[in-house]
Amino acid sequence: MAVIPLERKPLSFAERTYLPQIASGLKTTLRHLFQPKETLEYPEQRPEIPTGYRGVPTLVKDPNGREKCVSCQLCEFVCPPKAIRITPGEIAPDAPTAHVEKAPQEFEIDMLRCIYCGLCQEVCPEEAIWLQNQYTMSGYTRAEMVNNKVRLYELGGTLPDDHFKWDKKKSAEEHGNAH
Amino acid sequence: MDFSFYFDLPLWLRTALQGIAVIAVIFPISAACSMAERKIAAWVQGRPGPNRAIVPWVAPIPFVGRFLQRLGVFQLMADGGKFVFKEDVIPGHVNKFYYYIAPLLALIPALTTVTFVPFGAYWDAAAGTLKPLILANLDVGLLAVFAISSLGVYSVIIAGWASNSKFPFLGSVRASAQLISYELSMTLSVLPVFLWTNAPGGNGTLSLFDVVQTQSQPGFFGGMWYVFLMPLSAFIFLVALFAETNRQPFDMPESESDLVGGFHTEYGEFKWSLFFVAEYAHMLVGSGVFTLLFLGGWNPLPWVPLAPLIEGLPIWLGGLIGIGVFLGKVLAAIFFFMWVRWTLPRFRYDQVMKLGWQKLLPLAIANLIFYALAIALIETRG
Repeated sequence: MAVIPLERKPLSFAERTYLPQIASGLKTTLRHLFQPKETLEYPEQRPEIPTGYRGVPTLVKDPNGREKCVSCQLCEFVCPPKAIRITPGEIAPDAPTAHVEKAPQEFEIDMLRCIYCGLCQEVCPEEAIWLQNQYTMSGYTRAEMVNNKVRLYELGGTLPDDHFKWDKKKSAEEHGNAH
Repeated sequence: MDFSFYFDLPLWLRTALQGIAVIAVIFPISAACSMAERKIAAWVQGRPGPNRAIVPWVAPIPFVGRFLQRLGVFQLMADGGKFVFKEDVIPGHVNKFYYYIAPLLALIPALTTVTFVPFGAYWDAAAGTLKPLILANLDVGLLAVFAISSLGVYSVIIAGWASNSKFPFLGSVRASAQLISYELSMTLSVLPVFLWTNAPGGNGTLSLFDVVQTQSQPGFFGGMWYVFLMPLSAFIFLVALFAETNRQPFDMPESESDLVGGFHTEYGEFKWSLFFVAEYAHMLVGSGVFTLLFLGGWNPLPWVPLAPLIEGLPIWLGGLIGIGVFLGKVLAAIFFFMWVRWTLPRFRYDQVMKLGWQKLLPLAIANLIFYALAIALIETRG
C-alpha cells in the first residue's frame, strides 16, 4: 500500500477569523429558507406505495366472490410471532362451493403481534392471504387491534385470480379429467 | 390628539400602566419570536414547520384563515395555553425557595431593561424637536440597560444551583463565566460610539436617544449610521450580544446536546416558559440597543432621518411610523439571530473562553484606542 503524504496547509488569516465560513454557511441556510419544502404532509398527502409492499395482512376473495382461504392453517403454523389464530370450519354441503370442503370459521390476526414479515402470504397455497397497501392501524384497546374474519375480508377485498383452481377441479370432476 | 390627560394621572397609576404596557407588549412579541424561531428552523431544514393549529371561528374565513393556519399563528396560543395548564411538577431534590425565585429573577431584569430603550420618536410641534417614545428617559440610558440586563446572570446561577443536579449546575457555571467574560468586550465596544457622540465641551450623555439623534444630522458624517463609521465596534458588539443572550453559537447555558437543557433542565411548565420569555426579551432589548447604537434607530435609511418625514403628519401617525421603522429593524436583527442559530454549530466551552478573552477583548481594546486617537485627532484639527 502506497503511503501518500499529504501536506496540511496552515489556515489563512481569513480562515482563522472563521468569518468567510460563517458567511458561506449563512448563504447556504438562506438558500434553504426559500427552497420548496421536502415534507410530505402526512394525513392529506400519502406516500406512494411501491409494488410488493408488505402492509397489513388481509384475506381476499376471488373474482367470483368465493373466499379463498381453506383454513389449512399453514399460515398459523409459520407465523413467527404467532399472530394468527384460525378456527377451521366446514362449508355447508348445499353451498355452490361445497367441493372446497373447508373454510375458516373464524380467522384472527393480532396486529399487536404481527411483524409484517409476509411469511403467511408466502406459505399460503391458496393465495388467500395478502399483505396489501394499508400501513396504518390504530385502536384504543387491545381487542380493537385484533382483526377478525369480517374485518380481514373488508380490508382485503377482491384480487384477480390467475388459476380458478377450484372451478377447474370441479369441472374436471364433472366433465372428466382435463389433464 | 392631546395626551395631556395622561400626564395628569397620579404617578403610581402611570407607572403601573407603563409596567403593564411593557408586559403586554413584550410577552406577545417574545412568544411570537419563539414561534418565528420554530418556523425559521423548519424552513432552513426544508420543513414547513407548525401549520395545523387553528381556532374554529377563523377556519371558515377563506384564504386568510388558511394563510394564518399555515403560518402557525395559532400554534402560539396552543403552546402558551399548554404551559399554563401543565402539571406543576417540582422535583423533590430542589431548593424550593431559590427554585421558585430563579424564573422571576430571569424575567424581572429582562422586562425592566425595556423601559430604558426608546422604541420610537414623535415630532413635538410645540417644541420643534423630535422627542423619544420611551418609558423612562434616563440620561444614563445605556448604562442602565447594561447594569440591569447583567443581573439576568443571577437567575441562571440560582436556577442551576437550586436545581441540585449536575447538568443544570454545569450549565449555570458555564453560562455565568460566559456572560461575565463577554460583558467586558461588549462595554468596550460601545465606548467609541459615545466618544464620538459626546463632543468635548458639551453635556456628556449615555442616552440612547441622543445616540440616534447624532446619526440623524445633515451631512455625510452626520447622517451616517455608526455601523458604517465603526464596523468593528458593531461587529464586536454583535458577537458579544450573541454571547450575552445565550444564542448559538454561544449556547453554553442550554447546550441541549450535552447538558439536556442546561440550567433549566429541572424546570417545567410555566416556570420554564418564563425563562424562555426572558431569553427572548433579552434578545429584543439587545437587538433594540444594537439598532439604536449602530443602525440609526428609527431613521428609515442611512442619510434619511425620520424627523423631516413626519414633521407635517399628525403626531400619532408620525409616532407610529417611528415605531414601525424601529420595530422593523429590531425584528430583522432577531431574524439574523435565528438565521445564525440554525447555521452555526455551538462552540466548545474552551473555545468560547478563548474567543472572549484572547480575541474579542484585545480587539475591543485596540478598537477603543484606535477610535480614541482618531477622534482626538479630528477634534484637535477641526
